[in-house]
Amino acid sequence: MLVLSRKEKESIIIGENIEITIMGIKGDCVKIGINAPSNVKIYRKEIYEEIQKANREAAYTDNVNIDSIKDIEKFIKG
Amino acid sequence: MKLLTKAFGEIDISEKQRLVFKNGILGFEDITNFVLLDSADNSPFYWLQSEKFKNIAFLIIDPKLVYPDYKLEVDPADLEDLEIEDEEDIIVLNIVTLHETPIKSTINLLGPIVLNKKKHIGKQIVSTNDSYTVRHPLIRDKEV
Repeated sequence: MLVLSRKEKESIIIGENIEITIMGIKGDCVKIGINAPSNVKIYRKEIYEEIQKANREAAYTDNVNIDSIKDIEKFIKG
Repeated sequence: MKLLTKAFGEIDISEKQRLVFKNGILGFEDITNFVLLDSADNSPFYWLQSEKFKNIAFLIIDPKLVYPDYKLEVDPADLEDLEIEDEEDIIVLNIVTLHETPIKSTINLLGPIVLNKKKHIGKQIVSTNDSYTVRHPLIRDKEV
């Protein structure tokens, strides 16, 4: 991993059209500004990890009786 | 072709039930081939079943049946990945996590599954709506 030190208001450029700026530093929190083309997706990493974890739980329902789906259906307007 | 499935054992599936997820599904990035199965006659649920792994199958449902106000903006890059030419070809389905106590089951509104029904391409996308999470109650009206 490339590690760079930056001060407040300093930036780094990634590729030709992504700019990341340190907007401010307060205690243990860094505020980051990102300029990037609209087709570049930017998410907090926790969001990805949350979805991965939820997917794993949803996929392995071996401990759950699949027949219980019928019990749920009656609560949902189909 | 014949396929081993988690919900139904070995069944016949047709070519038009097959879906390709180029990037897999989050947490299962290497699994790219799925089939879409009806859960039962007149059931609102479907199974998104891995072709390769019998035990990997997701129970999915149209989110609007549970959350009629559910809104999803699919951004241009995702539309391109899904090769969407006509918005009518988009189907949105969300993953359900079954709970041991059925009425505690949840629906993932943060990471919907988007399908191109014409080209049989699928992708799990991430909603930009901050109020959605991976675990919303699937059953909202618990009085019966």
